[in-house]
Amino acid sequence: MKKLAILLLAGAMSVGAPAVEAATPKDTVVMAKQIDDIISLDPAESFEFSGSEVAGNIYDRLIDYDLNDVSQLRGQLAETWYIGSDGKTYTFKLRRGIKFASGNPMTARDAEYSLQRAVILNKSPGFILTQFGFTKDNVKERIKATDDYTLVIQTADEVAPTLFYYCLTAVVGGVIDSKLVQSHEKDGDFGNAWLKTNSAGSGPFKLVSWKANEAYTLERNDNYWGGSKPSIKRVVVRHIAEPATQLLLLTKGDIDYARNLTKDQIDAAKKDGNLAIQSGLKGAILYLGLNQKNQYLAKPEVREALKYLVDYDGIEKNIVGGRFAVHQAFLPRGFLGAIDDKPYKYDLAKAKALLAKAGLADGFPVTMDVRNGSPYTDIAQAVQASWAQAGVKLTLIPGDGKRTLTKYRARDHDIYIGQWGPDYQDPHTNAETFAMNVDNSDTAKSKTLAWRNSWDIPEMTKVTLAASREKDAKKRAAAYEAIEREHQKTSPFVTMFQETEVAAHRKNVDGLIIGPSFDNNLYMALKKK
Amino acid sequence: MPTGSAAGTVPPGRKHRFLPGAAFSATFRLILAVLLTFFGLLLVTFLIGRVVPIDPVLAAVGDRAPAEVYERVRSELGLDLPLYHQFYIYVVKVLQGDFGRSVSTSNLVIDDIARFFPATLELATVATIIGVALGIPMGVFAAVHRDRWPDQLIRVVGLVGYSIPVFWLGLVGLVVFYVKLGWVAGPGRLDIGFEDIVQPVTGVILFDSAMAGEWDVFVNAFDHVILPAAILGYFSLAYISRMTRSFMIEQLRQEYVTTARVKGMSEARVIWRHALGNVMVPLITVIALSYAQLLEGSVLTETVFAWPGLGQYITNSLLNADMNAVLGGTIVVGCVFIGINLLSDLLYRLVDPRAR
Repeated sequence: MKKLAILLLAGAMSVGAPAVEAATPKDTVVMAKQIDDIISLDPAESFEFSGSEVAGNIYDRLIDYDLNDVSQLRGQLAETWYIGSDGKTYTFKLRRGIKFASGNPMTARDAEYSLQRAVILNKSPGFILTQFGFTKDNVKERIKATDDYTLVIQTADEVAPTLFYYCLTAVVGGVIDSKLVQSHEKDGDFGNAWLKTNSAGSGPFKLVSWKANEAYTLERNDNYWGGSKPSIKRVVVRHIAEPATQLLLLTKGDIDYARNLTKDQIDAAKKDGNLAIQSGLKGAILYLGLNQKNQYLAKPEVREALKYLVDYDGIEKNIVGGRFAVHQAFLPRGFLGAIDDKPYKYDLAKAKALLAKAGLADGFPVTMDVRNGSPYTDIAQAVQASWAQAGVKLTLIPGDGKRTLTKYRARDHDIYIGQWGPDYQDPHTNAETFAMNVDNSDTAKSKTLAWRNSWDIPEMTKVTLAASREKDAKKRAAAYEAIEREHQKTSPFVTMFQETEVAAHRKNVDGLIIGPSFDNNLYMALKKK
Repeated sequence: MPTGSAAGTVPPGRKHRFLPGAAFSATFRLILAVLLTFFGLLLVTFLIGRVVPIDPVLAAVGDRAPAEVYERVRSELGLDLPLYHQFYIYVVKVLQGDFGRSVSTSNLVIDDIARFFPATLELATVATIIGVALGIPMGVFAAVHRDRWPDQLIRVVGLVGYSIPVFWLGLVGLVVFYVKLGWVAGPGRLDIGFEDIVQPVTGVILFDSAMAGEWDVFVNAFDHVILPAAILGYFSLAYISRMTRSFMIEQLRQEYVTTARVKGMSEARVIWRHALGNVMVPLITVIALSYAQLLEGSVLTETVFAWPGLGQYITNSLLNADMNAVLGGTIVVGCVFIGINLLSDLLYRLVDPRAR
């Protein structure tokens, strides 16, 4: 018996042989991130946050914008571009001498193939292009390479030129290596099956592997044409679902970046001498959607009262500090026409008066669908507490993300707490969803956020559509500002916060660029000391 | 479920061992039972998956897709067909060996499972080895010192194993053994530097690296697996030691034990050879069950330790209403249960002379 006990003890101790001090390889940057949202890495299909980030590092577009000043468009693969006198014909002159990672030269034929392909495949992000009237039947006429370095695109209607340009800066406008992709075509799929898990770009990185729910690895593209090549050779991004685990790995030095820390972990990381925090403003808006099918929420006074009943500053300070900042307009800061007005502050007396005016002095019962996880649950609970002060009995219905979303899309909710990120960097993306509802019937084709909350707004829909066609940038900005102010007053949206993306990293590594859009999270400047 | 009950009844087939015809019909019945089990399993999983109020098209196209894209994908996925028709199509495809594609990973379900199941297999196996190696001796020890302090101590250890949430235990384990003491490696299956050295053959890194003679990789993989396995092993240890204790107490009361002692046999021999030998049959059932449970994957442990295993895969798929993936995972779990059942039947024959 004694012998056995000693043996067991020895066995238990031998497990404890000290591990080698952790450090990631010198030429490789390792990140921990939640990447289980990636479905595909084909730029014509990829539309999730994580997938956009990967595509943004692999594919170049015809044009992009200055990350510090989104209003400044720049050429990427295109050197110059101009719009014809008809207001519908756009011509792009491409740079010469650019090679894809495969070594194939990049020409206008590749750009033509890429954009035509995205329209014909018409996957989730396809609408960003098809909204200009391209269909699989007309796209071969409307998007055409007239020679190796000239691409001509014709839109169906006259729109604000910047709207069209910014749509081309989205991932779906990424230019792919047509020769390489065509060699992997199968049953007329335009190489989609292959490109889901492979890459064919001219950007600073190329894809080595993507293992769903596990990791992806990018490697420097040695054929990269744009100025300085990345100084690191590889970027490995591992799927680490649990933020607490991400922090442990970072503390220990087994990873260089942790990308999904919550407020408490960010605070802890700030105290660690080996770690640093960086952040960048993102376009995502956090809001409450009040379904107008609900008899109480349909009253204008109630909508206004609820806006006065949220403790914006308190929530920012105690719950989402560092990750979200108070923002009360549907256009995120940094967008053309965005306003920074904050008309609402927690004001119990005003809210009570408004409720009394609506004949609901004693409050009313209502439910809110809340997806599990940070920060939704915490914010919802804070809202619940402050609404209770005015007698509004809010019942929270927790659920998994996809489940609450299914309910929201079917308009079966009372209140939904949601986050909305722009699809491209033009104001129309958010204006369309928050302030347009062409058809409020259940069978409507266009199911914008305004539709989801059954908000019937024929007048605002017209004004918003007109703003998307205004060619004068100043007038256009003014139009959006007016819509936003009206929206703040009357809409069934309690717009609360704008997202800030935060990354914690080891001090010996830096250079991650956190741009305004998810496809502007760039690795090319990463450096390791 | 293993067919031998905890009391150690005669395994099926034994009575008929001289009657080939009867044995054939028994085998036939077994196969039929297995097939029916699978069919029922698939049907129930399928129905549950379809009544869950999650829109499966969302996983495929996301929230932003326009109406026409949504409708096209919905019909591509066959979701516009009646339920029975969808199920029929699925079963026919499975019978042809086609498990379909997962909408949330874009991969063939079979490829996904080939990647996630070995990770779970590795973790569960090491955990079970730990659970058995510690649990049985602890159970025996507790039985021998029944109601005295060693017994109480082991009971407390077991109770703690049952009652602490694995999520918390995992994180605390990481803080202590990985961050503070540095005794073990962190989450994940390998350090970055050791990845892609060994070509996966079985997908079980410990096995593949040993076969390839890459001992550095083996040691690193062991460093990674040991903590999550110890934590899972702790739970099976709690279960195994409790069961061992009660089986042993039962045996130590038997007359043959008294007889052996009277004959002057050493106490160690009485306990470890005779008494323990007799509890092996029910104990195998206990171990097999706990092993099978671990092989289903343990989503919390896998999440904390970033272990790309079957538990995370099935849970993720379920939350996305990704039915091909869920059903594929369910089939694997079904196979595991049936396989372990057969294996424990086989083991009975080895340890129980009456069954030979």
